Amino acid sequence: MEVEKFDAVVVGAGPAGAAAATTMARAGLSVVLVERGEYPGAKNVMGGVLYGRMAAEVVPEFWTQGAPMERVVVEERLWLATDDGAVSVSHRSGKGAYHPDGCPNAFTVLRAKWDRWFAQKAEEAGALLVPGTTVEDVLWQDGRVVGVRTGREEGDLYADVVVLCDGVNSALVQRARLRDHPVEPHHLALGVKEVVGLPPEVIEARFNVERGQGVTIEIYGAVTRGMSGYGFLYTNHDSVSVGVGVLVSHLMRTRIPPYELLEGLKQHPLIRPLLAGGETLEYSAHAIPEGGWRAMPKLYGDGVLVAGDAAMMVNGLHREGSNLAMTAGRLAGEAVVEAKRRGDFSARTLSLYAAKLEESFVLKDLRKYRDLPELAERRPDLFGAYAELANLMVHEMLTVDGVPKRDKQRRIWREVTRRKPLWNLARDLYEVWRAIR
Amino acid sequence: MELRGPVRVEEKLYTLRWKHDRTSHIAITDPRTCADRCGDEWRRPCTTFCPAKVYEWDPEQARIVVAYENCVECTTCLVGCPYRVIDWRPPRGGFGIQYRYG
Repeated sequence: MEVEKFDAVVVGAGPAGAAAATTMARAGLSVVLVERGEYPGAKNVMGGVLYGRMAAEVVPEFWTQGAPMERVVVEERLWLATDDGAVSVSHRSGKGAYHPDGCPNAFTVLRAKWDRWFAQKAEEAGALLVPGTTVEDVLWQDGRVVGVRTGREEGDLYADVVVLCDGVNSALVQRARLRDHPVEPHHLALGVKEVVGLPPEVIEARFNVERGQGVTIEIYGAVTRGMSGYGFLYTNHDSVSVGVGVLVSHLMRTRIPPYELLEGLKQHPLIRPLLAGGETLEYSAHAIPEGGWRAMPKLYGDGVLVAGDAAMMVNGLHREGSNLAMTAGRLAGEAVVEAKRRGDFSARTLSLYAAKLEESFVLKDLRKYRDLPELAERRPDLFGAYAELANLMVHEMLTVDGVPKRDKQRRIWREVTRRKPLWNLARDLYEVWRAIR
Repeated sequence: MELRGPVRVEEKLYTLRWKHDRTSHIAITDPRTCADRCGDEWRRPCTTFCPAKVYEWDPEQARIVVAYENCVECTTCLVGCPYRVIDWRPPRGGFGIQYRYG
């Protein structure tokens, strides 16, 4: 049999893989994009907020091309929740919901729809999409990666470069010798969610938005029941996505089943009315790589690159991931295009990819928050404790019971320092500052 | 208020669509570890952290029973098993969970 050889094999047709494939195919390279789902997105889940700027860098003016955006995010809400209440902060963007060129800053998506559309752009650019195909191993020759072994008969695919975009807990990253230690339980969160169907006009009335506009809510505090993580509620066109993500290491210790955690969130007095009358269309769950910069694998080797979740590219604090993936995929593609021009696919040339990432927000942000995952693992108490304190303070000031305000301030201060002695407060503040500065 | 309630995960799983393979993509490589060590040391966390209730402890057989058909491929068990005796591999191409929304 004649061996077919491509310029590049991309493993996984998610945001990273499709971005890499589009970039390379557009530059004239022969690209095969392998996806284990029957269609791109079949296996993929996120909250999900997607960011327009990074999508537009792959598909210019995507918003004019029938991209399956659910709602453009015009308002973001942050709740610090107790069992039955919350302190809430929110921001309405106004015109700021769009960049000056008309590109939406942030919008909600359902990944089964978005990924399918986004991968189609790679096909239109000339990449060959091969769905329903699992990559089982990478192929080696003379110490460099030269292709992949798929589950199909005679399914070996050869290429100058393999771009691994096969998602969280990628086994191939280890097979490609880019990681020698396994991912740790505190480097992983588990997200569970439900898509709850509601008529568009009900969503618009409940969330105070117009047609096409949407709201995000992030919920910290009691809803994670002592574990590090947060709940969320995002509006789609005719559904809302409600879910919660917490560290796997904490799930192992608390033994709280994730679906119970999700049910608790749905029953929260602030959430329940927002879901009333809705019907659950789909339950889903997925791991999220939260280990950050310190837990990243090596990003390139001889004949191989890795991008997206497979490379731990998630900024948990800012709920960003797919935008890092799209950017990293695009930069990986650019590096391969340059390698092709030079006719050299060694690690030395492919290190261009890492250099490009260093210049971009991807590695700058991941490095900035490199100590946050360790803090989240060690101090799950912070989430609940400070949500409680915030609620206590606001509640006391808003309760009109004849107690003079100065006495209320004293009472608050006494109660706060009783729960959190000054030394503890200062230490917590310092620890958080150090992790996010 | 207690933020929990009786939940039948089965009701949630009804909303999902799979293309089932005839053979399992999950294996327990060392069932004795589940029986002899994990029960005492970790109380078998796979039976609680798995969002699709794939893993259940069968006390009579003294082993973990794997309902691979329920698997939603979140991959949590790859790192959540304290002894790494869960051998989870992606289902064969085209098989497994098929999210319609995701």
